Amino acid sequence: MDTTATFWLPTPSSTIAGEIDLLFYVIFYLTTFFFLLIVSLATYFTIKYRKTAENENDPMPFVGHSRLLEATWIIIPTAIVMVLFFWGFRGYLRLSIVPAEAMQVKVTGQKWFWSFDYPEGASTVNEMVAPVGRPVRLLMSSKDVIHAFFVPAFRIKKDVLPNRYGVSWFEANQIGVYDLFCAEYCGSKHSQMIGKVRIVSEQDYKVWLESASDLGKGLTPVQYGEKLFQLKACATCHTIDGSSSNGPTFQGIFGHEVKLANGSSVTVDENYIRESILVPSAKVVAGFQPIMPTFQGILKDKEIDALVAYIQSLGGK
Amino acid sequence: MSYSPAVDDNGLPSPNYLSSEKGLWSWLSTLDHKRIGILYLIGITIAFFLGGVFALLLRLELFFPGQQLVGPDTYNKLFTLHGAVMVFLFIIPSIPAALGNFVLPLQLGAKDVAFPRLNLASWYIYVAGSLFALYALVTGGVDTGWTFYTPYSTSSNTAVISITTGAFILGFSSIFTGMNFIVTIHKLRAPGMTWDRLPLMVWALYGTALIQVLATPVLAITLALLIMERTLGVGIFDPAMGGDPVLFQHFFWFYSHPAVYIMILPGMGIISELIAAFSKREIVGYKFVAGSSLAIALLGFLVWGHHMFTSGQSELASAIFSFLTFFVAIPSAIKVFNWTATLYKGRISLEVPMLYALGFLFLFAIGGLTGLFLGTLSVDIHLHDTYFIVAHFHYVMMGGTVIALIGGIHYWWPKMFGRMYSQFWGVVGFILVFVGFNVTFFSQFIMGSQGMPRRYWDYLPQFQRIHGISTVGAMILGTGLFIIAIYLIASLRRGTIVGPNPWGASTLEWETTSPPHPHNFENQPVVTGGPYDFNKPRV
Ligand code: HEC
Ligand SMILES: [Cu+2]
Repeated sequence: MDTTATFWLPTPSSTIAGEIDLLFYVIFYLTTFFFLLIVSLATYFTIKYRKTAENENDPMPFVGHSRLLEATWIIIPTAIVMVLFFWGFRGYLRLSIVPAEAMQVKVTGQKWFWSFDYPEGASTVNEMVAPVGRPVRLLMSSKDVIHAFFVPAFRIKKDVLPNRYGVSWFEANQIGVYDLFCAEYCGSKHSQMIGKVRIVSEQDYKVWLESASDLGKGLTPVQYGEKLFQLKACATCHTIDGSSSNGPTFQGIFGHEVKLANGSSVTVDENYIRESILVPSAKVVAGFQPIMPTFQGILKDKEIDALVAYIQSLGGK
Repeated sequence: MSYSPAVDDNGLPSPNYLSSEKGLWSWLSTLDHKRIGILYLIGITIAFFLGGVFALLLRLELFFPGQQLVGPDTYNKLFTLHGAVMVFLFIIPSIPAALGNFVLPLQLGAKDVAFPRLNLASWYIYVAGSLFALYALVTGGVDTGWTFYTPYSTSSNTAVISITTGAFILGFSSIFTGMNFIVTIHKLRAPGMTWDRLPLMVWALYGTALIQVLATPVLAITLALLIMERTLGVGIFDPAMGGDPVLFQHFFWFYSHPAVYIMILPGMGIISELIAAFSKREIVGYKFVAGSSLAIALLGFLVWGHHMFTSGQSELASAIFSFLTFFVAIPSAIKVFNWTATLYKGRISLEVPMLYALGFLFLFAIGGLTGLFLGTLSVDIHLHDTYFIVAHFHYVMMGGTVIALIGGIHYWWPKMFGRMYSQFWGVVGFILVFVGFNVTFFSQFIMGSQGMPRRYWDYLPQFQRIHGISTVGAMILGTGLFIIAIYLIASLRRGTIVGPNPWGASTLEWETTSPPHPHNFENQPVVTGGPYDFNKPRV
């Protein structure tokens, strides 16, 4: 099987990619053939039968039409497209039917990041880790609008809907790091809703799973919080340098008062931060849209503690 | 037929529809289909200019990764407005309402359309709908994409209501034009103009009108439901209120797929006229080409689900939609073969409109053939919502419809205004448009199949070079279009005056003066033969 990128397609890295690429190139050569046929005939006729000073006033000859020719150009395209239909349908069934032995990862899309929950309890944000050579079933849903899970190297794509689960699967056959795109337009940071799929050996996957279940090992709460700030995608909306992004900055807020959208104000303390993370809509900061997703069920208590410590470390009273 | 030798103060035949009445009010209150056609032409030109400026801004932003001109929110509004303006304000009314209005009664040998007042009303409705859309633009824009997918569109805090109201109103303009044309074609054909003597442009407009009347109400209902959901909180599409977002997609594409044929069918009609006129031959398989317009119009209603192969609709539905999709492809493919075969033993003159017809063959072939990738289920999963799609539909909509429109404008321009534009600049404009178009959009096929998603404000570094090429292409394309606008406008005053039939074409509109008499023909024409009989004695 071909394992390098071609002019048209990125490196095929899943078990299904080969079949789809083959069909892609079959269609490519077929359509190129018909395209060249039409263009060369049109060019040839245009030159051969062009108007000249001599033939300008001749009467136009009667050209009969050939039933056989007309039938040919109806029957051949019809036959070709039927083949394409069945071939494409077969591949589509393979894409839809998940092998029974697949391991499952829960994928959640929300503005504007991806989170992944693994059966063993680990969870990651914006980077999915999976072992090579094992089918992975993706059970997907969205917390807000429609997103789409698209990994070009695996040739898979599926819409991620808010009101029902979508299912897709892949089996990677090459170790590597692959781009994951959101392919359904979802607003301001749609083009930043890019993650990675890291495919590792079965061995490395085991090791990773173990450590992934305990990210804070050997870190102070503040260091751990800093790590989570990036890992859990707080950084897509918050900054630590005093500038506002989609959400308020964390610099120097601890211990200070913030104005809320409903006119009242509140002092930033541990409980306020905790509430902001778990029930963001409870107190909305004035001047911002209530777009912060809830992290209820995504962040564990220990992780929230670390984030609080981190925000506290960024200055304030 | 004899012509009155009288001329007006511009040296054009008199009386003619342009100079028979004067003043702005005579235009704004006109019932003459030719003048209404010109009013539409002005409207769609403004819309095309606006949509084009948005497109250029988008391409400039994408010249390099990261922020160049605008931030992501502005970018999202720009591509939404580009799409909405180009689809609803420009391309849907373009050929039928502007050129179709002008030529349909002339080609039928009629005095006007069946309902001239309704025709003028359609134009005013078009203007009203467009103003709503512009209102959305000045009150902060819209960021949902022209497809208004829920629940994004239910939750977006931008001017969704005003733009959907605009599209809702524009739909009525489209429906009225369609009704008017259907009745006109049934009732106002000249004596002897039997159904098998109709020019292919008329057949194409007929097929288009059927879709306009049958499909547009569904869009209107869908948008009305969306507006109700937003204003009254009725849960139809938004899962937060118990609705189903995929239902919206079904409704939306039930209209918008047939709308693709509202856009391309009249373009195909123009190409049939051009190829016949500049090859001096009857289109091969006239009956088939005419019938396929109807076949496409009807089959087009059964394939909407091919926009939704990744949406979560059932596998069975996807299979059926894929199967039917391949069947709609066949009538279009056969049309392309028929046009090519018409060139055989013709007498081909490469006038500017013919360049566009040949350009159309080239570009539409690419647009149509790349559709095979997308109709094929497994391959579409990879290509869906990438730039491959963007390239595909621009090859069909712009390489097809817009190229046909520009070709048609060049073909009927001397009929409309009695004057000819510069041939030299005509060729220059065509070359720039053709080259610029291919550079812009062919590169998008490559980035798309390599995995570049559409509607991205920013992109990963591996796409940098190809995005750069595409942007350069867009600048060439923009220059070409600009040149065309300049020499066409210049020709209105300075173009050489032409006779009734500068191309030696065979359909009825070329038998009256250029510009035509206010009532089209001085005497009621009587038709005695087919539309493309180039051996009949010519005036
Ligand atoms: C999608 C964007 C987004 C993401 C992701 C996000 N937030 Fe927010 N956040 C906001 C917005 C907007 C506000 C202000 C409005 C509000 O209070 O709900 C906010 C407010 C806050 C506040 C209150 C700040 C203040 O100045 O009073 C805290 C604390 C907070 N977020 C913590 C977090 C943490 C921790 C994370 C990551 C686990 C996170 N946010 C992820 C958008 C986001
Ligand atoms: Cu998304």
